[in-house]
Amino acid sequence: MAKLAKSPWLLHYDGSSCNGCDIEVLACTTPVYDIERFGIINTGDPFQADILLITGGINHQSEAVVKQIYSQMPDPKVVVAVGICACTGGVFKDCYNIKGGVDTVIPVDVYVPGCAARPQAIIDGVVKALEILQQKREAFLARRA
Amino acid sequence: MAKQSIVPFGPQHPVLPEPVHLDLVLEDEVVVKAVPSIGFVHRGLEKLVETKDFKEYVYIAERVCGICSFGHGMGYCQSVEHILGVEVPRRADYLRTIWMEMSRIHSHLLWLGLLADAMGFESLFMQSWRLREKILDMFDATTGGRIIFSVNCIGGVLKDMDNGMLRRLVETLDSIERDLRPLADTFLQDYTVGTRLIGLGVLKGEDATLAGAVGPMLRASGVGYDARQLGYAAYNDLDFAPVTAQEGDSYARCQVRIQEIYQSIRLIRQAADKIPNGPISVPVKGNPNGEYFQRIEQPRGEAVYYVKGSGGKFIDRFRLRTPTTSNIPPMLDMLKGCQLADVPLLILTIDPCISCTER
Ligand code: SF4
Repeated sequence: MAKLAKSPWLLHYDGSSCNGCDIEVLACTTPVYDIERFGIINTGDPFQADILLITGGINHQSEAVVKQIYSQMPDPKVVVAVGICACTGGVFKDCYNIKGGVDTVIPVDVYVPGCAARPQAIIDGVVKALEILQQKREAFLARRA
Repeated sequence: MAKQSIVPFGPQHPVLPEPVHLDLVLEDEVVVKAVPSIGFVHRGLEKLVETKDFKEYVYIAERVCGICSFGHGMGYCQSVEHILGVEVPRRADYLRTIWMEMSRIHSHLLWLGLLADAMGFESLFMQSWRLREKILDMFDATTGGRIIFSVNCIGGVLKDMDNGMLRRLVETLDSIERDLRPLADTFLQDYTVGTRLIGLGVLKGEDATLAGAVGPMLRASGVGYDARQLGYAAYNDLDFAPVTAQEGDSYARCQVRIQEIYQSIRLIRQAADKIPNGPISVPVKGNPNGEYFQRIEQPRGEAVYYVKGSGGKFIDRFRLRTPTTSNIPPMLDMLKGCQLADVPLLILTIDPCISCTER
């Protein structure tokens, strides 16, 4: 964490969740949990985001949107799957419209299980993602040099 | 006539935590038409009843939506209980009522926060959500979950509250009521907030009824209809009247929701006083055979549950009409003629819950 070059920005998208994990992600940014103490800001713009938090499984309509958002984010980037739906499909796995977890369409770096994932777990996942982001950034710079 | 242009809104938009897409047809800055396209969070939950045991399905029903999860579980359970002819113990009815009202407080506080966020009033957003954490802590203490509780079961509830817990709940509500005062004053009296709310998105009572608005949206237009008055669960023992406002604008909707938080606090106090002793659930035998139609008042408005079974372990059909579904047509009416900059705020004032709508 000490080597963190800048404050990462966070983007949140709802794949096809029940909303439960979404409001927990939002709760992370509010006073009691306060993810901003790690220098993280919640943004709405994919072009400025480093960490993508996805809640809920992927369905046939959100697939294209998730892929597009992922491709719009600048390299290096990390993806955190929040909630058991986002990890594997969860209780909705058998639904006809659900393809499965987020890793069926884009690569996922950190999995945060739980239904709904607790804010503590989400923050832990994001902090892990920061480490991965740092590694990716170093690898990215080494490749460019 | 000015040139028309189309601006896409969503599905990934900073104001909404959930994806919804609108094509806004504009003439200069004024919206002349809004065309919604939905389905970004459609999962197909209703179909799952055919492959899940009807007792197991309670857990799926709760996950229709994370904000009103308790209500969805309760609506489904009540429908199945009616078909089976199960008499739920009175204490379970009271506990359901208490949790339902707690959900309402949590949902309305969440909405107030999102509204402040949409106006760019960050500190008000933070304060509303800080207050909401108190009610989530009480959910955590009484059910073990913050968002999804899984305390409903066919035939009653799974967890009880003892007297100490009820007292703690009432004390927490006292402190919430105290802390809500300054917040409510800011929402209702602050000049800046007023400029974004007063006179915006006016929906007259008659139009609201015709377009099929429900919940706070309808009550803010002066129609005093509240499905809780049907007297399901323990509501027939409690004393309350629907909260209404006359203007039908965004300010009135904000006012109604704030008053409903106070109302819910009063309802829980009454229920905690009157709650009888006894068992919290009864054993259930047999499979549902028949159909039933249940209406309950969710934080966002009236939700309708329809269950049809034919004596098997699996139910034939489960249908859910959620409040947001019926609030979308009045919202589209409201959007006509508004400024582009007001669109996010107007969408928020119906308190949209997309995952309910699309299931
Ligand atoms: S993991 Fe649970 S709470 Fe989270 S989106 Fe899925 S069903 Fe909802």
